[in-house]
Amino acid sequence: MTLDLLRETAGGILVVAGSFFVLVAAIGINRMPDVFTRLHAASVGDTLGFGLVAIGLMLIAGLTLVTVKLLFLLLFVAFAGPVVTHAIARAALHAGLEPKLGADAAKKGRGSRGRAP
Amino acid sequence: MIAAGLLGVLAAVALMVARALRGPSVFDRLVAANSVGNAAILILALFGFLAGRPEFLDIAITYALLNLIGVFAVLKFVRFGALGAAGEEEEAG
Repeated sequence: MTLDLLRETAGGILVVAGSFFVLVAAIGINRMPDVFTRLHAASVGDTLGFGLVAIGLMLIAGLTLVTVKLLFLLLFVAFAGPVVTHAIARAALHAGLEPKLGADAAKKGRGSRGRAP
Repeated sequence: MIAAGLLGVLAAVALMVARALRGPSVFDRLVAANSVGNAAILILALFGFLAGRPEFLDIAITYALLNLIGVFAVLKFVRFGALGAAGEEEEAG
């Protein structure tokens, strides 16, 4: 087994694993009960799924300019993801949407900010 | 392998569009739209590798920037009712 074949196979496996996590994130966005939980599900696809696909493609490409571009893309998306998550969550709280709490937290009477009344 | 990854991401986009159509509030739709943008970047990169033209990565980087700005523009519009040109008053809340 040449090293090239090994490298390309490993890259291919990482790409398939990454796209699997993007699919998991999409199922999560579809099935979660609340905006805030959907944000959690979306961040899985945006960091783990994207990261695995990018690293897999970097392995397939080898040491060329394409790998450097992929690295920049990965760094940018890794930094932009949490910023967007925070912005949407803050805007949703400001607009008055409250997270759906479980039965225990609702009994204790905690508000959306987590503080006791 | 890359084709299998591409099919997986396309199926994910279909599910995200379903949430964008269903979501009761505008923030659900924003979550779905941001994720569709990230999946589009992945599709660009994967398809570039499939077609043997890695120049698609430049388009992917550009679209990542545009997606980020677009999400912030929609959030600003939802909150203020306008995109805040110079000389306009802010609406309360």
